[in-house]
Amino acid sequence: MPFEAVVQLHGPAILRVCLALLPRQDAEDAWSETFLSALGAYPDLPIDANVQAWLVTIAKHKAIDRHRTAARAPELAADPPDSAVAPADPLEHADLRAAVRSLPAAQREAVAFHYLADLPYADVAAITGSTEAASRRAAADGMRTLRRRFPGGSD
Amino acid sequence: MAATDEQVLSALRSDDAAELLALRLRLAESAERAGTLDVAYVTMESPVGLLLLAATGRGIARVAFAGDDGGVDAVLTALAARLGPRILRSAARLDDATVQLSEYFAGARREFDLPLDLTLAVGAFRRDVLGALPSIAYGATASYAEVARSTGRPLAVRAVGTACALNPLPLLIPCHRVVRSDGTPGSYAGGPEAKRRLLDLESAA
Repeated sequence: MPFEAVVQLHGPAILRVCLALLPRQDAEDAWSETFLSALGAYPDLPIDANVQAWLVTIAKHKAIDRHRTAARAPELAADPPDSAVAPADPLEHADLRAAVRSLPAAQREAVAFHYLADLPYADVAAITGSTEAASRRAAADGMRTLRRRFPGGSD
Repeated sequence: MAATDEQVLSALRSDDAAELLALRLRLAESAERAGTLDVAYVTMESPVGLLLLAATGRGIARVAFAGDDGGVDAVLTALAARLGPRILRSAARLDDATVQLSEYFAGARREFDLPLDLTLAVGAFRRDVLGALPSIAYGATASYAEVARSTGRPLAVRAVGTACALNPLPLLIPCHRVVRSDGTPGSYAGGPEAKRRLLDLESAA
């Protein structure tokens, strides 16, 4: 498959994952780094590889790199008022995304990889180094919090 | 009352098409800078239908008539198999080619000045034929038999036809100027209509 088709097919899901893990500007940078790095390694990818799981794994590592960078230079972690590429989220989406980012890491990743990137729990577990059952539980716990935090919803 | 999973997910799954497009353009630029692209391509509308132009780091490697349903996907899949799968839509490498082709279709250009990559032309004879075609002048034609004679293999008329049909760089290497001995256009990758149209364009300009 030409890489253009890979970006076409998986680009939206990987952006959803990045936006769940990072503030918008960092998320866009992580998306770019993910696909640039995937492009370089693409010729060596086995023909039967699960491309979506492969890309999510790369995105997860790029997000961790960005978190580390942000920890060293806190001002980089701040969401700039205007993104260079995209318009700002509608407010309720920005709040909800912030709610995803404030989930404990296991819940955040389980929600992002299962609900936003459509990976089965077996793949989520493999990527997060957890078990299928624990991933399922983490995703359910995360979704419960997000339902409560949804604008208009209440406890 | 708490929201439902559907409400939460429909908000988190609302993709922004403009944002994705901007990111894809940025990715193509970064890939060009990093030198990790096997092939860059663009599509352009033309009087003979949708064209796909593809370039390696060495030059233009493919001009394809991509007008059919699924035409672009089919061409890219074939390019991935032959030239490598690291393919992205990226205009930079193909700016000169699109400008020169637009000038050609406007009747304002008779020859192309572009680096060509003939990787997709396999076989010595096929390359000989492609090498002979640019000597057929703009506005002129030659028969398959004449081209066969000019390559030193006068009996290889049918093989000349095959070489023209498999020309990876139509328009830039003018296989449309090779016609049947009776003067009718004969077959063409872009269809006989397109061939007639190109010959008319060149005789009018």
